[in-house]
Amino acid sequence: MTATLMAASLRAALADLLLTMADDEFVIGFSDSEWTGIAPILEEDVAISSIAQDELGHARALYELLAGLLDDGRDADAIAFDRAPEAYRHARLLDHGRGDWAMTMARRFLYDTGDTARLEAIGEGWAPLAELVAKIRREERYHVMHMELWARRLAGAGGEARSRFVAALEDLAPDAPSVLAAAPDEAALLAAGILVRPMAETGAAWRQGVTRILGPLGINLDLESDAAPRTRRAPSADFRWLWGEFTSVRRSEVGATW
Amino acid sequence: MVTELPTRAVPAPDEAMVRAILRTIADPEIPSVSIVDLGMVERVEVGSLGIDVELLPTFIGCPAQELIRELVIEALGSLGLPISVAFTFRVPWTSERITEQGREHLAAAGFAPPAEPGEVRCPYCGSSKVAMDSAFGPTQCRSLFYCPACRQPFEAFKPV
Repeated sequence: MTATLMAASLRAALADLLLTMADDEFVIGFSDSEWTGIAPILEEDVAISSIAQDELGHARALYELLAGLLDDGRDADAIAFDRAPEAYRHARLLDHGRGDWAMTMARRFLYDTGDTARLEAIGEGWAPLAELVAKIRREERYHVMHMELWARRLAGAGGEARSRFVAALEDLAPDAPSVLAAAPDEAALLAAGILVRPMAETGAAWRQGVTRILGPLGINLDLESDAAPRTRRAPSADFRWLWGEFTSVRRSEVGATW
Repeated sequence: MVTELPTRAVPAPDEAMVRAILRTIADPEIPSVSIVDLGMVERVEVGSLGIDVELLPTFIGCPAQELIRELVIEALGSLGLPISVAFTFRVPWTSERITEQGREHLAAAGFAPPAEPGEVRCPYCGSSKVAMDSAFGPTQCRSLFYCPACRQPFEAFKPV
């Protein structure tokens, strides 16, 4: 199906899906990139920077797809940077700041497992997204492997490492299902084959996957999805600060080509 | 009076000619390996109105993409036709796309070609008893390894 032949309602649902996926990748990518130079060990400094760079690349590619679909004169940069903090659609999970290392690892673990489940739910209905997702999956495989490693390492270490990691997971758990909150007009996306299963089903698969990893580590989280909307009505102070950071260059010289 | 038609100094470019030029463009980070041997060139089309080149990014967020695009436009500029270079995800780049020659050139430059972690060989001494230090290296496409046999750290391409 080409974008021009798409019904307006389907196009709006697809645009919302692209924006939520792009904003998620952009916010966690930018937030994690703050560890560059100050991560706990050198190898991890390289790893978290590389992962953040992957996520920003995915965000850019998704914003470019969205710019082409909307065709409203905005390019990927304009969509990424020229919105008020209230207009970002990232999940509530990512409204939490990066905190300490345990918090960053807990947030990444919950996000990467959720994102992987979401990528598996994208079908062939719109070729440009299906092609991009096929490529993204190959890269995300490394992120999930890395996060499982960290979950085992922190939980298995006992002492302060374990207690901080578990506390961070419990702190984030109520907001973790927001990554897989129902998409607006999900029925249209399902009918068009852009999604292959409802988000509720994807959420159930994600909870099973998380339990499979954390259960043997003696960590039990309550990850039942709630009825709260995907995005907070008012963004957190952490996100407002991050927004100030990632838009600062763009705002410093409006209209400049960098 | 007979008017002589102007003769072309160079023959009209064809696909083989374009590919031969692309073969001279090295990856900006690994000067010994061409973008052709890395498997990045997906499609070349030469028409009377211009030359279209379609490239596959190794990793989606690889910052070398813009540089490679400029290198391609510059290198094909001598052919006298408008050049269009596009990156596409229509076909995912995978490490299997690296040619045999590309693998040899990578190894000669001290990079292990892509393989599953258990199959990686030290590019210096050939030992199979190597250890992965980290899945993430200095660029998105490489991992960090160490070879206890020759005590040499090295980088291996990630299999994707």
